[in-house]
Amino acid sequence: MDVEILARIQFAFTVAFHYIYPPLSIGLGLIMVIFESIYIKTGNKEYETLARFWTKIFALTFGIGVVTGIVMEFEFGTNWATYSRYVGDVFGSALAAEGIFAFALESGFLGVLLFGWNRVKPWVHLVSTIGVFFGSMFSAVWIVVANSWQQTPAGYHIVGEGLNARAEITDFWAMVFNPSSVDRLTHVWLGAFLAGAFVVLSVHAYYLLKNRYVEISKKAFKIALIVATVFSLGQLATGHKSADGVAKNQPAKLAALEGHFEESAPADMYILGWVNKEKQEVSGIKIPGGLSFLLDYDFDTPVTGLNAFPEDERPSQINAIFQFYHIMIAIGIFLIIISLYGNFMWWRGKLFDKRWLLWTFVFVAILPQIANQVGWFAAEMGRQPWVVYGLLRTSDAFSQAVRANQVLFSLILFFIVYALLFVLFVYLLNKKIKHGPYDEKDDDDRPLTKEITGVITGN
Amino acid sequence: METFLGLDYPTLWFLVVGALFSGYAILDGFDFGAGAWHLFLKKEKSRRIALNAVGPVWDGNEVWLVIGGGALFAGFPVMYAAMFSSMYIPFMLFLMFIIFRAISIEFRGKEKMKWWKKTWDIGYSISSIMLAFLLGVVLGNVLQGLAIGENYVYKGGGFFEFLNMYAIMTGVTTLSLFMSHGAIYLLLKTEGRLYAKLTILLKKGMIFFMVSFGITTLYTLLYIPHLSDAFKNNPSLFIVPMMAFLSIANVPRLANKRKFKMAFLFSSVTISLLLVLVAIELYPVLLFSTLGEQFNIDIYNAAASDKSLGIMLTFVAIGTPLVLGYTFFVYRTFRGKVKLDEHSY
Repeated sequence: MDVEILARIQFAFTVAFHYIYPPLSIGLGLIMVIFESIYIKTGNKEYETLARFWTKIFALTFGIGVVTGIVMEFEFGTNWATYSRYVGDVFGSALAAEGIFAFALESGFLGVLLFGWNRVKPWVHLVSTIGVFFGSMFSAVWIVVANSWQQTPAGYHIVGEGLNARAEITDFWAMVFNPSSVDRLTHVWLGAFLAGAFVVLSVHAYYLLKNRYVEISKKAFKIALIVATVFSLGQLATGHKSADGVAKNQPAKLAALEGHFEESAPADMYILGWVNKEKQEVSGIKIPGGLSFLLDYDFDTPVTGLNAFPEDERPSQINAIFQFYHIMIAIGIFLIIISLYGNFMWWRGKLFDKRWLLWTFVFVAILPQIANQVGWFAAEMGRQPWVVYGLLRTSDAFSQAVRANQVLFSLILFFIVYALLFVLFVYLLNKKIKHGPYDEKDDDDRPLTKEITGVITGN
Repeated sequence: METFLGLDYPTLWFLVVGALFSGYAILDGFDFGAGAWHLFLKKEKSRRIALNAVGPVWDGNEVWLVIGGGALFAGFPVMYAAMFSSMYIPFMLFLMFIIFRAISIEFRGKEKMKWWKKTWDIGYSISSIMLAFLLGVVLGNVLQGLAIGENYVYKGGGFFEFLNMYAIMTGVTTLSLFMSHGAIYLLLKTEGRLYAKLTILLKKGMIFFMVSFGITTLYTLLYIPHLSDAFKNNPSLFIVPMMAFLSIANVPRLANKRKFKMAFLFSSVTISLLLVLVAIELYPVLLFSTLGEQFNIDIYNAAASDKSLGIMLTFVAIGTPLVLGYTFFVYRTFRGKVKLDEHSY
C-alpha cells in the first residue's frame, strides 16, 4: 500500500462518514423551522413539543457533523499538501467563507437553540432556529462551490511551473458560479431535505405502530410527508439538470455513468445493468437511445463515449461508477412512488390504517442516506484521474512528506474513533426515540436550589 | 503589492490569522482548561456543574478553530500544507482527541452507573489535557523550526520527531496557561463549596504556569537565539514582553481580591499578548527551516495572491462584526451561574 492509495482510502472513509450528518442537520433544520413556526402562529403546544424533540436529535447530528468536519478541513493539509498548495488560493477562499459566514452563524445560534428554550422569548428562539438552519444551508453552498470548482474549474489562471504551479483566482464570482455549482447545490440541498424528512417519517411511523404519542405523530407525519413529496419530485428536476451539466462539462464522467464506450453514437439508458470493461459492453435492461433522448430530446443524437478519451484521462472504475449512479436513481424513483402513494392514502383518509405502509416508512429512512452517499461516490470517482478536472491529477496531489505508516496509523485510529462515534450516535438516537417527545422529570433534574444546597452541604 | 493602511495584504492577513488564533486560544483555552481540572473535582455534582459551565459554549468555541484553519489554508496555502504535513502525527492525534472529547461530554450523563461516569470523566479530562498540550507542541515546533527543504517539502521524518525537548516545554506551558484560564472561568460560573475548592486549584494552576513559563522563556533565550532577533533589532518592541509580564502578574492580584471577571479579562489579555510575542518573534517568517534560511516559509512566499487576499479581507470586514454579535448574544443569554435543567449534560 502506498501513500496515495492510503490517503485516498482515508479521505473516502472520513468524508463518507462525515456526510451521514450534515444532510440530516439541514433536513431536520427545515423540519424544526416548520414545526416551530406553526407553534408560534397557532400557539398549539403540540408543535412546540415536536420542535423540542427534533431539536434534540438535530443537536446530535450537528455535533457529530462538526467534529468530523474539522477532520476534513485538516486532512487537506495533512494528506494532500500538494493539492492544498495548488488550489489554496481558490478552494481555500471558499472554505474560509464557509467558516466566516456559515459556520459562525450556525454555531453562534446553536447554544440558544439547544439550551435557550426557557431563557428567551419564543420568537427570539425561532430566529435562532432559523439562524442555525440558514447557517447549515450556507455551509452547503460553500462546500459544494469548492467541490464544483474541482469538477468544473472557472475564474482562475495557472501561475508557475511543476511543483510550484498553482491556481490563482481571477474572478471570484466566476469561481462561485462555476458551470456546475448551482445545479449541484440544489441537488445537494434537496438530498438533505429528503434525508431529514424521511427520518422524521420513520420515527413517527414507528410511534404510530407502537401506539405511542399518536396525536402528535400524525401531525408530524403529515408535515414530513408534504416535505418529502415536494422535494422527491423536485429532485427529478435538479438531477436532470445536473446530468445535463455533466454531459456538457465532463463528458468522460457522463460516459462512465451510463457505461457508454463507443466514441460517438446514440447512447442507451439502463434501468439496471452490469458493465464489462474488457469487452466494453453492458448487459441489462435498457431503453435504447434513452440517454440521447434525455440530453437532447432525440433518440438518435450521438453522445461522446469513453473511447474518445485517452486511457489515462478517463475514469477506470466504470462498473462501480455505473452501479452507484443507478442505485441513486432507483432510490430517487422509489422515494417519489412511496411519497405519492402516501399522499393517495391520505386523500382517501387511510394514511394511518395500513401497517405495512407504516413499516415501509420506518425502513425507508436509510434510502436517502444511501442515495446521498452513492451519488457522491459517482460524482467523485467519475472525476478521476483528476483531483481538479483537467488540471491536477490525484496521483500528484498527496503530501510528499508523509509516509505510508503514518497514514496507516491515522487510518486505524480514525477507524476506531469513528466506530465509537457511530456507536454513540446510534445509542443516543435510540435513547432519544425511546424516551419520546415528552420530558419526564427524572431524579437528576431537580431544581437548582437543591442542587446548590447539596454542593454546599456536601451531599 | 497592494496595501491598505500602509500594510501589505500578506501582513494584514498575518494579523487576521493571529487574531483568529488568539480568539481560539482564549475560548477553547478555557474549556480545555476546565476539562483538565475535571478529575481534581471529586464530587459528582461538582463535576456535573463544571461540565455544564462549558456545556452551551464548547461547541461554538471550536468554530474558531475551523475559521482559523480555513484562514490559514486560504491566506497562506504553502504554510498550511507544510505545517500540517510535516506535523502529521500531532495533528492527527489532535483530531482524535477532539472527537474523543466530544464523545466523552455527550456520553457522560447518559447512564447512571458509577463506572460509566468515571470512564467518561477520565476520557474528558485526558483529552482536554492532551489537546492543550498538543497545541503547545505544534507552537513549539513552529518557533523552533522544522526540516523544510526544496519546494516547501518537509525532509524530516520519524514518528515522534515532533516530541522534542522544546516542544514538550511549550506544550506544558500552554497546558498550564489554559488550566489557570479555565479555573477562572469556572469560578465565574460556580458558587458555594465548589467555588471555594476552585480558588485553591487556581492558586496551584498559577504557580504551575509561572514555573513552566519561566523555564520555557529561559530556554528560548539561551538556545533559540533567532527568536530574539526582532527585539535586538528594534528595542522599542520590548514594551510587548513588559506588558505581557504585567498582565500575567495582574491575574493573581485580581484573583486574590476575588475579582474574577477582571481576572478572566486579564487572563485573556495575557493569552493574546503571548501570541503577539510569538507573532513578533516570527514575523515575517511563518515557519523556520532548520536546513537553511533560504527554505524559510514566510508570509510572502506562502501567501495567496493579492486578489484572493483582498477578497478575504472583505469577508473578514463583513464577517467579524457578525461573529462578535453572535458570540455576545450567546454569552449574554447564558450569563450568570450554572443552572442545571432538563437540557443539561
